Amino acid sequence: MVRLFVVFAIACLGAIGTAHAQTGPIQAVLQDNRADIERASRRTVQPVLDAIIATGGERVPLFLERWRDRVVYQRDADGLFFLVEDEDADPMRLIDIDTGAIVGDVPEDEMSRLRPNSGVRGVIATALVQFQLSDPDPLRRAAGLTAIERDPEASHLTALRASIDGEADPALLARKTRLERLLTATFGADEAARVTAIESFAGDIAVDVRATLNPLLSTRMRAAETLPEDANIARVLEPGDDIAVDTAYDMLVDADLAPALVDDDARDAALIANIDNDTVAGSAVATLNTNAARDAAYAALAEAGTVPPAVTPDERAAAVADHVFFETYKEPSQAVTDAARQTLGAIESRVGAYRVVDLGLDGLSLASIYFLAAIGLAITFGVMGVINMAHGEFIMIGAYTGFVVQQLVPNYTASIAIALPLAFAIAFLAGVALERLVIRHLMHRPLETLLATFGISIALQQLAKNIFGTQARPLTAPGWLNGSWVINDVAAISYIRIAIFILAVIFFVLLWFILNRTRLGLEVRAVTQNSRMAASMGINPDRVNMLTFGLGSGIAGIAGVAIGLYAQVTSELGASYIVQSFMTVVVGGVGNIWGTLAGAGMIGSLQKIIEWFNPANTLAAQTYMIIFIIIFIQFRPKGIFALKGRAAGD
Amino acid sequence: MIGRTFLLRHPSVMVFIALLALFTVGATVLSEGFGIGLISTSFVKTLGKTLCLCLIAIAMDLVWGYCGILSLGHFAFFGLGGYMIGMWLMYERTKSIVVEQLDAAPLPPTPEEVREAIGSQIFGVVGGSDIPAIWMFADSLIIQLALVVLVPGLLALVFGWLAFRSRVTGVYLSILTQAMTLALSLYLFQNDSGLRGNNGLSGLQNIPGAERISQDIVSIWFLWASALALGAGYLFAAWMVSGKFGNVVRGIRDDEARVRFLGYNVEAYKLVVFTVTAVIAGIAGALYYPQAGIINPAEIAPIASIYLAVWVAIGGRGRLYGAVIGAALVSLVSTWFTSGQAPDIPLGFYTIEWVDWWLVLLGFGFVLVTLFAPQGLGGLVDALVRNRQTVAVPPAAAVKPVEKASEAT
Amino acid sequence: MSSLLEVAGVSVTFDGFRAINDLSFEIGAAELRAIIGPNGAGKTTFMDIVTGKTRPDEGRVDYGEPPRSLLRMSESEIARAGIGRKFQRPTVFEQQSVRDNLMMALRNDRAPFGVMFWRAGEADVDKVGELAEEIGLADELDRMAGELAHGQKQWLEIGMLLAQDPKLLLVDEPAAGMTLGEREHTTDLLKRAAETRAVVVVEHDMEFVRRLECKVTVLHEGSVLAEGSLDHVTANQDVIDVYLGR
Repeated sequence: MVRLFVVFAIACLGAIGTAHAQTGPIQAVLQDNRADIERASRRTVQPVLDAIIATGGERVPLFLERWRDRVVYQRDADGLFFLVEDEDADPMRLIDIDTGAIVGDVPEDEMSRLRPNSGVRGVIATALVQFQLSDPDPLRRAAGLTAIERDPEASHLTALRASIDGEADPALLARKTRLERLLTATFGADEAARVTAIESFAGDIAVDVRATLNPLLSTRMRAAETLPEDANIARVLEPGDDIAVDTAYDMLVDADLAPALVDDDARDAALIANIDNDTVAGSAVATLNTNAARDAAYAALAEAGTVPPAVTPDERAAAVADHVFFETYKEPSQAVTDAARQTLGAIESRVGAYRVVDLGLDGLSLASIYFLAAIGLAITFGVMGVINMAHGEFIMIGAYTGFVVQQLVPNYTASIAIALPLAFAIAFLAGVALERLVIRHLMHRPLETLLATFGISIALQQLAKNIFGTQARPLTAPGWLNGSWVINDVAAISYIRIAIFILAVIFFVLLWFILNRTRLGLEVRAVTQNSRMAASMGINPDRVNMLTFGLGSGIAGIAGVAIGLYAQVTSELGASYIVQSFMTVVVGGVGNIWGTLAGAGMIGSLQKIIEWFNPANTLAAQTYMIIFIIIFIQFRPKGIFALKGRAAGD
Repeated sequence: MIGRTFLLRHPSVMVFIALLALFTVGATVLSEGFGIGLISTSFVKTLGKTLCLCLIAIAMDLVWGYCGILSLGHFAFFGLGGYMIGMWLMYERTKSIVVEQLDAAPLPPTPEEVREAIGSQIFGVVGGSDIPAIWMFADSLIIQLALVVLVPGLLALVFGWLAFRSRVTGVYLSILTQAMTLALSLYLFQNDSGLRGNNGLSGLQNIPGAERISQDIVSIWFLWASALALGAGYLFAAWMVSGKFGNVVRGIRDDEARVRFLGYNVEAYKLVVFTVTAVIAGIAGALYYPQAGIINPAEIAPIASIYLAVWVAIGGRGRLYGAVIGAALVSLVSTWFTSGQAPDIPLGFYTIEWVDWWLVLLGFGFVLVTLFAPQGLGGLVDALVRNRQTVAVPPAAAVKPVEKASEAT
Repeated sequence: MSSLLEVAGVSVTFDGFRAINDLSFEIGAAELRAIIGPNGAGKTTFMDIVTGKTRPDEGRVDYGEPPRSLLRMSESEIARAGIGRKFQRPTVFEQQSVRDNLMMALRNDRAPFGVMFWRAGEADVDKVGELAEEIGLADELDRMAGELAHGQKQWLEIGMLLAQDPKLLLVDEPAAGMTLGEREHTTDLLKRAAETRAVVVVEHDMEFVRRLECKVTVLHEGSVLAEGSLDHVTANQDVIDVYLGR
C-alpha cells in the first residue's frame, strides 16, 4: 500500500516539470491570476472568484472554504497551489485542488501559506454562500442562510433563487422563500417585483423585515436652487420650521452654493492677526470686549480690504430664501419607497400594539415584585398601625438566606426549593423577635415605632455588610429558569419573571385564604377593624400581632429570594425596594390585600409607562412617579381601597 | 418682639445663649486663625458644621417634638439651602478663575465668552456647556441668599399645603415626606437637573472676593456666623413656642381633632410650622455647605432626614436644648467613630473596628433609647434640674400622646 | 319658632350601614335639649355631622340667623361660628396647665400669626379667673390638666367650651363616671349655660336627664323616634319597645 503511494507520488512529482498541461481548471484559473491570489485584496478578488466559480468544478466549494480558512499553500518552487492533508505535519502532504489526489510530501519550509485578509475572506464567504445553499447537509444550508441574513448582498439573490427549487426541507424552504422576498425588496432588479415583495410583508413585525424596509426609506438632506425633477423627494424642508436657518445656510456652504460665514473664531483670529500697536483697524484692543465692537472692527478691516467681508444676516437670509431644501430618498424608485412607507406604517402600528403587550408584561412582573415586597408591610400596617422600616432588611435577610443555601447546596433547583421555605422561616422568626422585643413595647406610639424599626434597619444593614462584605453576591437561578418566553420579536418575558409572577399569585391566594377562611384571618380582620373591641371578644391581640408580624416578615423573606434571583444580593437590596413598598401600601390602602394588589399593579405599570416615555432616564421616571403619588394622595388620602366609616378613625 | 421679660421668664434660653457664646469664643481662642492654634482648622470647621446641624435639629424639634409631624424631609430643605448658596459660590469663583484665564488672551473677553467659559468649566463634567436657566441669578449674592429662604420655604409651602389639606397624618405623612425627599434627590442625581448631577457643587469653601484670605480665618468667620444663626434660631424657636402659639401647636400634637373643635385651623398651623422650619433648615444648610466645601444629591437622600430624627429623639424631643444636645453629641461621636479615631477593640478571635460597627451600635443604641429613655438625654437634664430645684418646673412635654378623643361610643 | 339649628332630611351611610336615616331636628336659641337613644342610634354621628367631622350623603344642616349651611364649612370654621363640642371621654390637653387650656379656648383671634404675637392681657386673665371660679378649678389653675381628677377634667372641658362663648353647645355624656355630687354640679353648669345659649346633651343616664328638666329627643336607628318631655317619651310604646327589646 505504502509502496503504491510512493510510486504514485513519484509519478506526480515527475509530472511537475511539465505541469501546466495537466493542471485542472481551478489551478489554471489560479495560475492565470497568480498575482491577485498571492496578494489578494477585497477589491480585486471578485473577478478571480467569479472565474473560479465559472469553472463549475465539483471541488470549488471545498477550495473556497480552505482558502477562507487560510489553509491553502503555494509551492515556492513552481508557484502551484495545493491543499494539504495536515497543516501541522512536516513534511506536508500536498493534495491537488482539482482532483483531490495526493501529490506528494514537501518540507514545510518550501511551502508558503496564503493569508487572505479579513476583507478578502468576507468576499470568499459571500461567494461560498451559493454552494452552502445547495449543500446536501441541511445544517450547512441553514448556516448559509444565517450568513445571508446577517449580511445580505445583491449577489446572494440569484444563488438563493436558484437553490429554492431543490430544497426538500420544508422549514428551510420557508426560510429561503422569506429571505428571497427580503432580498428582492432591497436588491431586486424589477420594480414591480420589489413592490410585491415589500407588500407581502404587510403586518409582519419581525425585526428583519423592519431592518430591511427601514433602509429603503433612509433619506439625505440636500439643498439646490430648484427642486430636481428626477429625484425621489421625501419632503421639502421649510427653513425656520423644519430646518434651522443656520443649518440651512451651512448646507448651502457645503454645497458651494453660498460663501462661508465668518464665525466668531475666524473673526477673532483675523482681529488678532491684525493687531497693530494695541489697535485693530483704529479701535483700541481694550475696547474689543463685546461682540458688537469686534464685529465693527472686523467690518473696518474688511473695508480696508485686509480681510474678506463678512456675510451679513440679510445676505444670509436672502441666500437661504433663494434655495430649496429637501430630503431625498436614497432609493430612487418612488413606487418602492411608497410601498415601503405604507407597509412599514402598518407594521409599526402592529409593533406598537405588541409593545403595549410587552409593556403590560413588564409592568405585571414589576407589580408582582412590588406585591411580594409590600404585602407584608401592608398587613402589619393594617393590623397594627405601625410602619416597619426594617421591612426592607427582612427582604435582605431572605436574599442572603438564599445565597448561603446556595453555598451549601450546589444544585440550583434544590437550593432554591430549600431557600424559599428557609427564608420564610428565618424572616418569620426575625419578625416575631422584633415584634416581641421592640414593637410590642411601643404600641400606640406609631411614630416611635417607625424610628425604632429604622434603628433596627441601619443596624441590620451594617451587620450584613460586616458579615457578607460590600460586594454583590450572586443568587443563581436554576437552568430551567434561564431564557425567555418569546411571543414575537417585540414582546417577550423572562422565565424568572414569570416564576416571580406565579409566586406572587400563590401568595395572594394563600393570604386571601388565610385572611378569609381561617380562624387567624378572622382574628386579624377583627383586630384590624377595632382592636379594643376584638380584645373584649376574647381575641388576644398580642398573639395576633405577633403572628401577623411574623407572617408579613416571612413573605418579605420570600420576596428577598425572588428579587435576589434577578438582582444582585447586597446589603442595600431591601432598602432599594422599601420606598416603592411604602408607596404601594399608601396607594393601595391598608388592611386589604386587594388594595395592595391594586397598589402594586398601579405602581408597577405606572413606572413602566413612565419609563417607556423616557426610556433613557429611570431616575426621572421614579421622580415623576413619586410626584404622581403625592398628587394621587390628594384625591384618595386613604388609598384605592379605603376603610370607611367611624371605625377607620382619623 | 423678644422683650426682656421673655428672657427673664425663660432662664434656660439665657443659659443656652451664654454657653453658646462661651463655646464660640473658646473655639476662637483655641483656633489657628485667631488664637493659640490648639485646634486645627478642619476641626473648627467640624464645630461650625455641628452648630448648623444643631440649628436644623431645632427646626426638626419644632416640627416633630412640638407639632407632632415626623417630617422625613427636612434634610431636603437643608440641602436646597446649601445648593442655593453653593450656586453663587461656585459661579462667582469659576468666573474669577475664567476671567483670569481669558485676560491672558490677545483680545479682552466678551461677556458671551466669559459665560461660555464658565458654562463649560462648571458643566463640562456633565457633558454640557450651557448655563441652565436656574442659574440665572447665580451671579447675584443677594438673590441667591433670598433663594436660600424662598426655595425651601416655597417647596414646604406647596408640599405642606397639599399634604395637610388632604388630612394626611401620622406615619402616612412621614412616608409622604420621605417620598418627597427621595424624589428630590433622584431628580438632582440626574445629569440634566442643571445642578451637576451626582457631582454636585464643589469648591464651596472658597469665598469669592476673599481668595487671598486663609481658610484658618474663613473657618472662624463661619463658626461665628453659624453660632449667631443658632443663637437667633434658638431664641426665635423658644419665643414661638412660649406663648399661646406653642400651646396650640402642642395641642395639635396631642389631640389634633380637639384643637380643631376649639376653632383653630389646624392645617394652617401645621403649614406655618412646616414652612418656617423648612426655612430654618434652608438657612442652616446655607451655612453648613460652605464649611463642608461640597454638596451632592447623596446628602439629600432620605436616610439623612431619618438620622436627623434620630438625633432629636436621642437628645429628647419637645425641648429645644434636647435637640441641640442630640445633634451635637451624635454627629460629633459619629464623626469620631467613623473617621477611625476611636480605638478598635481586639477580642482575640475578632477585632471590632468601629468604622464597621458604629452603625450597628448606633442602630441598636437608638432602639434602646426609644424603649427605655423615650424622653432622650434632655429628659435626664430635666430630671437633674428637678431634683436640684424643689420648685416644680413643668416639663416641656411628656412623650406619650393621649389617645384619640374623637372615638365613638 | 326661630330655630338656631335646623337639621333636615339628613342621611349618612358607612359601607352600606345607614347610621343616620332621614333625620330632622331643630333647636331654639336658648334651649336645653337632651338626646337619648340606645347604642348605635346615631347620637355621636349626629354630633359629627353638626360639627363637620362627617359629611352627610344628603339633607341639609342650617345654623344661625340668617341661616347658613354648615355642610361646606370645616370643623374649625364651624367652631368659630359658635358651635362647641364636648367629647364623651374628657379631652383636655393633659400636658398643659389648666390656665393654658382655658386660655387656648378663650374667644380670641385664631389665625396662626395673630396667635404667635398674642400675649394674654388683663381682660383675658380676669376672664380665665372667672371661668375657673365657675367650674370650681380656681385653685388648680397652674396644675397640669393631666393631674386632675376625672370629674375635674369634665368640668375643665365644659369650662373650655364656655370660654369659646358658643351659641350652641353639644355635650356628649357629661355625667359618665361622675360621683353624685359632681353630677349635681354638672347639671347646674349645663342649666346655667342654657340660659343664654342652646345646649344639646347626649346622655344614657335617665336620672341625669330627668334632673335637666328639659325636652327630650329619642333617636333610634338614625332617626327621631319620639320627642317631648321625659315623661311623655317614656310613656311612648315605641320607645319602650326599643329600650326593652321586643
